[in-house]
Amino acid sequence: MNYDLVLRVGTKLILPFILLFALYVQFHGDYGPGGGFQAGAIAAGMVILLAVTCGLDLAHRIAPQSVVQRMVPLGVLVYAGTGVAGILMGKNYLDYSPFSHNSAQGHELGILVVEAGVLITVAGTMTSLFYAFVERGR
Amino acid sequence: MNAVWPHLPAWQVVIPLLGAALVAFLRHSGAAFAVALAVSWLMPLIAGAMLWQVLATGPISYHLGSWPPPWGIEYRVDVLSGFVLVLVSAVGAVVMPFARRSVAFEVEDGQQAWFYCMYLLCLTGLLGIVITGDAFNAFVFLEVSSLSTYVLVALGRDRRALLAAFQYLILGTIGATFYIIGVGLLYLLTGSLNMVDIAARLGPEWADHSRAIVAALAFITVGVSLKLALFPLHAWLPNAYAYAPSWVTVFLSATATKVAIYLLVRYYFSIFGVAIEFRDLPETEIILVLSVAAMFVASLIAVFQTDLKRMLAYSSVAQIGYITLGIGLANQAGLTGGLVHIVNHALMKAALFLAVGAIFFRVRSVRLPDLAGIGRRMPVTMTAFTIGCLGLVGTPGTSGFISKWYLALGAFDKGWWVLVFLIVGSSLIALVYVGRVLEVVWLREPSAAIADASDPPLSMLLPLVVLAAATIYFGFDTGWTAGIADIAARDLLGGLR
Repeated sequence: MNYDLVLRVGTKLILPFILLFALYVQFHGDYGPGGGFQAGAIAAGMVILLAVTCGLDLAHRIAPQSVVQRMVPLGVLVYAGTGVAGILMGKNYLDYSPFSHNSAQGHELGILVVEAGVLITVAGTMTSLFYAFVERGR
Repeated sequence: MNAVWPHLPAWQVVIPLLGAALVAFLRHSGAAFAVALAVSWLMPLIAGAMLWQVLATGPISYHLGSWPPPWGIEYRVDVLSGFVLVLVSAVGAVVMPFARRSVAFEVEDGQQAWFYCMYLLCLTGLLGIVITGDAFNAFVFLEVSSLSTYVLVALGRDRRALLAAFQYLILGTIGATFYIIGVGLLYLLTGSLNMVDIAARLGPEWADHSRAIVAALAFITVGVSLKLALFPLHAWLPNAYAYAPSWVTVFLSATATKVAIYLLVRYYFSIFGVAIEFRDLPETEIILVLSVAAMFVASLIAVFQTDLKRMLAYSSVAQIGYITLGIGLANQAGLTGGLVHIVNHALMKAALFLAVGAIFFRVRSVRLPDLAGIGRRMPVTMTAFTIGCLGLVGTPGTSGFISKWYLALGAFDKGWWVLVFLIVGSSLIALVYVGRVLEVVWLREPSAAIADASDPPLSMLLPLVVLAAATIYFGFDTGWTAGIADIAARDLLGGLR
């Protein structure tokens, strides 16, 4: 299939910045609007943009289907695992205070990990949904 | 040990959730079954330990993330929720060994790991609904269990399973929406989502039957009734049960509707009951009329079914009528009868659907004309099936009799003689529809089509025999069922105004 040259080159130029923006939104979630869900959607948007402008095969090479589909449960494992870590460190489920000597710092750390789990699951789910749709009839 | 004992309420929900994620991550059908089996066998231990603790020392309250209620999410186990937790997890544990062969037979190879993943998610949701003390959290778990159920139903080989799953999806979503509107109204009234806190804030000052609270009651009643398939909101149930994979039907019939009934009981008695003169609203009369209608109409429809699964599905609608009848009676004996029938019906219906699954495994059909004389080819299976049938009718010596005995006592206490006759009358209709099946399977000459059918392998036979034995056992020893249901009913009625 013949893809437009300008679109292809342009897409490849802005891809890293999209990913960077996703990470910015991810970490900005601590201080303002943002967080794992939005960041995951942006990161998945990067893969979708690539698939639309440069073809599905390239997207599959960068984000293989088996990896993307495993990202969905992986994020849940990260999230739930963080909660279990709280229990193993002597507090209640999802209590992040024991992660650091200071309770507030512990919570910040815990939320960071949990949001990373959300990012993984949302990015994986959105990309899997996209793959599922475009692969119908292929 | 310190990481286990005080955290049992969290583990009860987190272990199946982790299991589901693990299964989805591994995506190997053998490993998936192993994880599902390990989780299923662990759950009743946790639930049993909690119920034991509750009976000894009173309700358990667990604060997620150490945020105290009413701000944080509270997991709360009292006698009723412990009772239902044990039921759901025990049914899962007993029927799980049956799944391996049955699922391998009925679900495509590539989808078996997803099947177990969805089962574990469904288990997470069902246990979560029962254990949570937070109205919104219950909604989240309701959606977790429902969404996974739609997938499970859709995994049936029959193409009509897709349509059944879609129908269930639409009605289930309407039910969940109604429920959340009701919760929203309650939140508007009280500013709280914690069930105990809502009940405390809906004090006697709401006794004037404020319209908002009656609207909340109505929305929650309709929403949850859709989920529990109260007649006439049962339209999704027969198709979903008939076309889902056999094992899914077993699990859903024994747990999903029962958990929805738990939620209804929780709202009626623990939340609304403390605020409004619940017994004065037409609510109970409506529930009573619908229950009696379910008992008769659904039983009559069951008489004319030729598909065994569909017949048992209609019978489920009728049996749910008995349970809601106990809720509608709202007195000690009646409520005990309703609660004990949750367990008794779950056990006997699971046995019946397991037997149907075993028949399908051997004969590839569950249509009545194909099953003539099958009792002589699969004697153990059909004996267990017959015991389950006797339980449905309420024959003395089976657990079904105990339920109906308490329900009749409840009706006597109210002085409603007619209701007692109606209970007996609907049992006679049940006798007609099971009698029809028993005549075909035992008394007819076996046809050539089933010549090489035989009892299924031990892993499928054992769960069936255990459940059939439980149906008889709980017909004699009622300490575990009626005894605990009696305590739960006293707790619930003690909270009423």
